[in-house]
Amino acid sequence: MSSLSRRAALQRFGAMIVAAGTTGLVAKGPRAQQQAGRIIEIEARRFRYTPNEIVVKRGEVVTLAFRALDFPHGFSLPDLNIRADLIPGQVVPVRIQPMHSGRFAFLCDNFCGEHHEEMSGTLIVET
Amino acid sequence: MDRRSFVSLAAVGGGAVFVAGLPGCANLGGTDKTASANFYFVQLSDIHWGYKGPDNPDAAVTLGKAVATVNALDVQPDFIVFTGDLTHTTDDQAERRRRMTEFKRIVADLKVKDVRFMPGEHDASLDRGAAFIEHFGATHYTFNHRGVHFVVLDNVSDPGAKIGDEQLTWLAADLAKLDSAAPIVVLTHRPLFDLAPKWDWATRDGAKALEILMPFQNVTVFYGHIHQEHHHLTGHIAHHSAKSLIFPLPAPGSQEKRTPLPWDSAMPYKGLGFREVNANAQTATYGIREFAVVRA
Ligand SMILES: [Cu+2]
Repeated sequence: MSSLSRRAALQRFGAMIVAAGTTGLVAKGPRAQQQAGRIIEIEARRFRYTPNEIVVKRGEVVTLAFRALDFPHGFSLPDLNIRADLIPGQVVPVRIQPMHSGRFAFLCDNFCGEHHEEMSGTLIVET
Repeated sequence: MDRRSFVSLAAVGGGAVFVAGLPGCANLGGTDKTASANFYFVQLSDIHWGYKGPDNPDAAVTLGKAVATVNALDVQPDFIVFTGDLTHTTDDQAERRRRMTEFKRIVADLKVKDVRFMPGEHDASLDRGAAFIEHFGATHYTFNHRGVHFVVLDNVSDPGAKIGDEQLTWLAADLAKLDSAAPIVVLTHRPLFDLAPKWDWATRDGAKALEILMPFQNVTVFYGHIHQEHHHLTGHIAHHSAKSLIFPLPAPGSQEKRTPLPWDSAMPYKGLGFREVNANAQTATYGIREFAVVRA
């Protein structure tokens, strides 16, 4: 897929993005729910996310567009009460709108092999 | 009841003893005092047989030494439990089976022959428990011992750390046969509560299991996975994690990454060990005594 057509595909996801969140960290206003916002593509493969540091602005709507290459990895961001299964062969969009600044750990929560414990990253929310 | 009044620490014979249970509740459930009695079992956990790396350069002999230490206990336990991660994971299915076979051969030297196994994610998550079942049998089951009902829960065969609705239904049906005051011990690998989700120290549907257990007044959980001793209460349910036999991990959530504590060649096996659990079925109390891998 060219980057242009991938982008188009990702834009289409915008309408059906799910994103999760029952905590105050994620806003769920109607306007925000319609927006995909900035799209950040993330590749998941044993045993690493690329990139594994994601920098966003507080209150910014962002769609994390995951592509798992080799295993149904997980994506779990416990502080925002968000998780998703990353099915290989699909782009899995996860929309977030973090309302608090700080560093938030995310991890693979589907056991994927010997270095599964190292498959993690950080969401950095700047003010 | 706060945690301090719940876990009282006393020094006995140089070892720490946590008396865990419900002080003041001297007579519970059963009235048949001959059937239930004091007894003790040994819990070993997180052996990771097959691990090779700097965090335990003695990995090839640590399990054998622990077996020798258990065999040297003055009074032998009624039974022994291994709460998961018997082997270190591998993608190679033949190698996984080799590790399980070697593990079995080593623990066959235990004098006590009543040994109960359960899987950890390293044993079971990559093949949904297939190799474990071939070598050790069922991944979840119950047994009764001298008035205590033991439930072994599998929260690892699903790679997403789920017990699953089927097993939860089985759990509810099993417990429905019990008096609400019956002493119940749950043995499992992962914490059933959210200890440190950012380190994968949780069970995704653990809250459902705790909800099923909550109506029972005397429930205690012994688990592994986090490679250290840890004591926690969810409501009246006590949770006690065990040390590992491979490498210790940092305190829950205490740093950004859950990297193992480095091996200290001046103090080999530091932070590793196993425990005795002294059960009193009458009071549903459990005294915990920690042991080092090698007897001092
Ligand atoms: Cu993974």
